[in-house]
Amino acid sequence: MLKQKYLPIAVTVFLFVVMFLAGSFRYTGFFSLQVLLNLLIDNAFLLIVAVGMTFVIVTGGIDLSVGSVIALTTMISASLVQEQGWPPAVVIPLVLALGALFGWGMGAVIHYFKIQPFIVTLAGMFLARGLCYVISINTITIDDAFYQRMAQTKIHLPGGSFISISVVIAIVVAAAGIYIAHYTRLGRNIYALGGSEQSALLMGLPVASTKIAVYTISGFCSALAGVVFTFYMLSGYGLHAMGLELDAIASVVIGGTLLTGGVGYVFGTLFGVMIQGVIQTIISFEGTLSSWWTKIVIGLLLFLFILFQRVLSARQAAQKA
Amino acid sequence: MQIHRHHLFWPLAMLAALLLFNLIYSPDFYSVQVRGGHLYGTLIDILNFGSPLILVAIGMTLVIATGGIDLSVGSVVAISGAVACLTISRGSDQGSIGLILAAIGLSLALAVVLGLWNGMLVSTIGMQPIVATLILMVAGRGIAQLITSGQIITVTSEPYAYLGSGSLLGLPFSIFVVAALFAAAGLLTRRTALGLFIESVGRNPGASRLAGIRSRYVLIAVYLFCGLCAAIAGLILSSNVSSADGNNAGLWYELDAILAVVIGGTSLTGGRFYLTGTLIGALTIQTLTTTIYMIGVPPEITLVVKAFVVLVVCLVQSETFRKSLAHRWKTRRYPAEREVAKHA
Repeated sequence: MLKQKYLPIAVTVFLFVVMFLAGSFRYTGFFSLQVLLNLLIDNAFLLIVAVGMTFVIVTGGIDLSVGSVIALTTMISASLVQEQGWPPAVVIPLVLALGALFGWGMGAVIHYFKIQPFIVTLAGMFLARGLCYVISINTITIDDAFYQRMAQTKIHLPGGSFISISVVIAIVVAAAGIYIAHYTRLGRNIYALGGSEQSALLMGLPVASTKIAVYTISGFCSALAGVVFTFYMLSGYGLHAMGLELDAIASVVIGGTLLTGGVGYVFGTLFGVMIQGVIQTIISFEGTLSSWWTKIVIGLLLFLFILFQRVLSARQAAQKA
Repeated sequence: MQIHRHHLFWPLAMLAALLLFNLIYSPDFYSVQVRGGHLYGTLIDILNFGSPLILVAIGMTLVIATGGIDLSVGSVVAISGAVACLTISRGSDQGSIGLILAAIGLSLALAVVLGLWNGMLVSTIGMQPIVATLILMVAGRGIAQLITSGQIITVTSEPYAYLGSGSLLGLPFSIFVVAALFAAAGLLTRRTALGLFIESVGRNPGASRLAGIRSRYVLIAVYLFCGLCAAIAGLILSSNVSSADGNNAGLWYELDAILAVVIGGTSLTGGRFYLTGTLIGALTIQTLTTTIYMIGVPPEITLVVKAFVVLVVCLVQSETFRKSLAHRWKTRRYPAEREVAKHA
């Protein structure tokens, strides 16, 4: 018998399998390992962001700044590499540190001044987007050899399929996320904080440092996703990754994480991202459907999953009573 | 009562500071000319271009007063403009009044449905408002794009253009729409018990239900009203440029509206709201945007300035921050006393 706490994840995985199989029966050439791997290749940056977002949402917060931080990262990378001629070996660690610092700053404001995460990260979103335009309002194309190589290298797998370097980074991030969440002290603190901040405080857990750490992780993940996004797009632009924060939140929720905090799995988020990828792929295979259906279907899925969570938590409450 | 304790003091001070800045740096900011019976000038432009924002912010104020938030207003703005423009462009005679009224009626009716949807999710199903309205925010852009088939629909209809760019008694017509809606919202909430109901639901939904208030209906009504406001804003916006753009119409509106409400002194935790404050907040944002255009800074920088404004306003509202500042200020000159207190 499946434990009740794994039920949302099981539903997500089941839905993914059903959608993938449905696509395979409907379209020729859909059922292949490469289509499956393409889901990861095209959504590597989303996965990285969503892992960071999972931690934030598990503590009961939200981070709206992720899309803008990605744009800012692409912009800083492009301008330093392309216009200032800095080596990528310096630029990449620098942008990662900046992203983490940005997240740390927001976390500190949220915790010490007790302002809602929603509004602080909203300000962060404005700030990061605005800073992009301060650097330049145009696209900066990157033709640096290192970035080109990272974009084009294919890692061949047995069976003739391949993945990109971004996928490797994304999988490493997801694995690290699972490790931090379930096998470290920080992970336990995060879940405790999400369950009840008051109790966590009374238990003597380091609430301040945990909360700030969560936003730092999210900032770092966004910056890393920005680096991967730069590999993917080979340019820096202030309008990159518009609305990505919503895709990330949708992935996390579809992956079974409760927005009220305390419950959720990085593993579920992985499938939340994959489901969004499958929807995009099915719509592109269909050909006649406008790509705007993606947004509508994701909105609908979001609705169904939240409804499902409500029913589930109501049932649990009834059992306890 | 001390003047700086009044809830309109800080919003007005901010607006006054901006206006003073303009008085010094760009004096022609204040010139208002009469050309062909119409008034022209920057101040008039602020009122005209700011009117959609004011409308959305009025609706948002009431939603925030119940402790909620409506992220879907930007999408509703896009949808209502798209529906109206599509209806008009399909008509045989684009100038006929009947067609315009049908178009406006259709998009308002759709807004009622969308508002009901948000309200039901929040009140009946009990979702968190951020998430409930996030669904429509994501899906709504898609719907708007489907309606316009991903293209910009342009219409050539004089009566429709009047709504957003016509003028009445020398003033832009949109100002009158805003004034009417503002008066209606003010009368409904402050001259009836409705405002009190909204505030009590925002303060404590459980307690207000026990006191005999039907929180469920209050919530639905508030989201419905917010949807309607957004739709009217969408109509004005699309009629001003005589076209509908599913992608860019109303983009970032939810953020500007929330910002206007917060500047106006309404707290995001709900339970208290100030419609006049919101009005001033929205005007402040529009003045800020216009000022940035006028002093020749690239308009994209507006986002950075807005970020700092949000942060400063929130810090000022944050009690913890005020207390720590007040503590610093009180103990600034007595290091010796502090030493004594420490070792006592």
